[in-house]
Amino acid sequence: MSRLQIHDVSVRFPGMNGGEAVTALSGINFQIEPGEFVVALGASGCGKTTLLNLMAGFIQPSEGYLTLGDSGISGLPRVACGLELKDQITGPGQDRGVVFQKHALLPWLNVLDNAAFGLKLQGVGKEERNERAADFLKLVGLEDFHNHPVYQLSGGMQQRVGIARGLTNDPQMLLLDEPLGALDALTREVLQELLLEVWQETQKMMFFITHSVEEALFMASRLIIMSPRPGRITHDFSLNFNKIFLETRDARQVKSMPEFIEMREKVLGIIHGDEAENGGAH
Amino acid sequence: MKKLTDPMDSLDLTNAKTLPMTEDVTEQNSTLLKRFFSIFAAGPVKPGESYGAPGQGKSLAISLFTTFTLLFVWHIATYFQLVKPLFLPSPISVIQRFWEVATEGFGNATLLEHTGWSMMRVFSAFFLALITAVPIGILMGVNRIVRGLFDPIIEFYRPLPPLAYLPLVIIWLGIGEVSKVTLIYLAMFAPIALSARAGVKSVAIEQIHAAYSMGASRWQVIRHIILINALPEILTGLRIGVGFGWTTLVAAEMVAAQAGLGFMVLNAAEFLVTDVVIMGIIVIGIIAYLFDMFMRYLEKKLVPWKGR
Repeated sequence: MSRLQIHDVSVRFPGMNGGEAVTALSGINFQIEPGEFVVALGASGCGKTTLLNLMAGFIQPSEGYLTLGDSGISGLPRVACGLELKDQITGPGQDRGVVFQKHALLPWLNVLDNAAFGLKLQGVGKEERNERAADFLKLVGLEDFHNHPVYQLSGGMQQRVGIARGLTNDPQMLLLDEPLGALDALTREVLQELLLEVWQETQKMMFFITHSVEEALFMASRLIIMSPRPGRITHDFSLNFNKIFLETRDARQVKSMPEFIEMREKVLGIIHGDEAENGGAH
Repeated sequence: MKKLTDPMDSLDLTNAKTLPMTEDVTEQNSTLLKRFFSIFAAGPVKPGESYGAPGQGKSLAISLFTTFTLLFVWHIATYFQLVKPLFLPSPISVIQRFWEVATEGFGNATLLEHTGWSMMRVFSAFFLALITAVPIGILMGVNRIVRGLFDPIIEFYRPLPPLAYLPLVIIWLGIGEVSKVTLIYLAMFAPIALSARAGVKSVAIEQIHAAYSMGASRWQVIRHIILINALPEILTGLRIGVGFGWTTLVAAEMVAAQAGLGFMVLNAAEFLVTDVVIMGIIVIGIIAYLFDMFMRYLEKKLVPWKGR
């Protein structure tokens, strides 16, 4: 089984107009085990999205490296020689699906073609790719919307297409950058449950960014809390509220459990502490 | 039919009540007036847009009104000879002239031949611009070397009036068809190339990232994401380009043309045949307008997702 490993990663962005370089992430050591649902939570500017972009391969670390595969981290001498590690992430690839906050669907394609787009890029034949895309559209509840133009769908349905599209390539993990952030509260709860069902069904590794503490606690099997300046991981909790939900199928009850509320207050305290330190600056 | 949203209606009603007339006449007048003004009504307001952006509603009837008023004023001015026919011939004589030039011709060619030559020049220039300016604009968007090569050339000559470099084009290419088409082509090239370039730049980074994370190659990103994304702006550029083409036509046909709408207008002006001048202007305007309508239709068919 493959896992994602992040070894001593730092990211520095060059300063604007010759200003001082900004350290977006510093000394990140972290791994995502097979089947884990990891949620990253933190104040604005703590480097959550930078971390996701690293995993997706959209940016490269200034120091350290990331691997995705079944090999353990070894071969430091190879890195020192400027050679790639086995399974090292050097750019975006189809083994990591990405779901964006602003769905980023292609408005000129219908729902089915959007979901099948990744397979089309691989050169998979039309019949096969439509069949595979249809399976995932069914999983997200869009089996009756294959021929709809995506720009006519509601925000929640667009995001469902985004999730199906991320899955059709059969990636090893799904990276979700605040995918529910732009949705209304009710749709958001429906999609939280849907994502957990998708997770249970596919057993993919998930890395999910959110601003909502409640959402984070509800979704995560592992919750990491990040702090800004420089961006780093300060807390790492194992949670099981998602498993309780998948057994009981009662989200409201899970979210009103005393343990849930206690955890929520604790996490809120940590995050507010961070924000107070920053003078409440956003 | 009374619409609450039409200010004309309520205005009209209050006027009708204060008019010192018999009941019947008032009623009749007010419905007639109401009917007349209802042609210009904005139409039903979409729900929730009562306080929307200013300027919503229909405007076709008002545009038709403007057109017919202009024609009417033109007709009156010439009918009562307020203006000498040398300066402004009557609409009827222009229509007569239209028929005459269409059947018998003017300047050794019929109207159809004039129109044919001009369209041939404008559309061969358009075709050349389509197959060169669009790819170059796209390449300028996706490749820094091509952008560096073409940017100074385009930015330098773009604001120049075609009349300024017409003499040079004639010195280089002679007085034949090549120099005419080239002049129109140059006028079209810059706006089309720049809009293609802007279209490439308008693509959302998330769409590119999404394609890469689905395993797209660089070429696939350009072909499946960037090119299609640029299509709406390319179509807008083509519309603007053809507009520039018709603008430049008269300049192109100034030298050594034997036929063409621009030539016809210039030739008529030399002999002070003002009705042919006006007729030529109207024909050019109508052709350009029809083509623009066609492009807008194409836009609706090809990029229904524009701006979504």
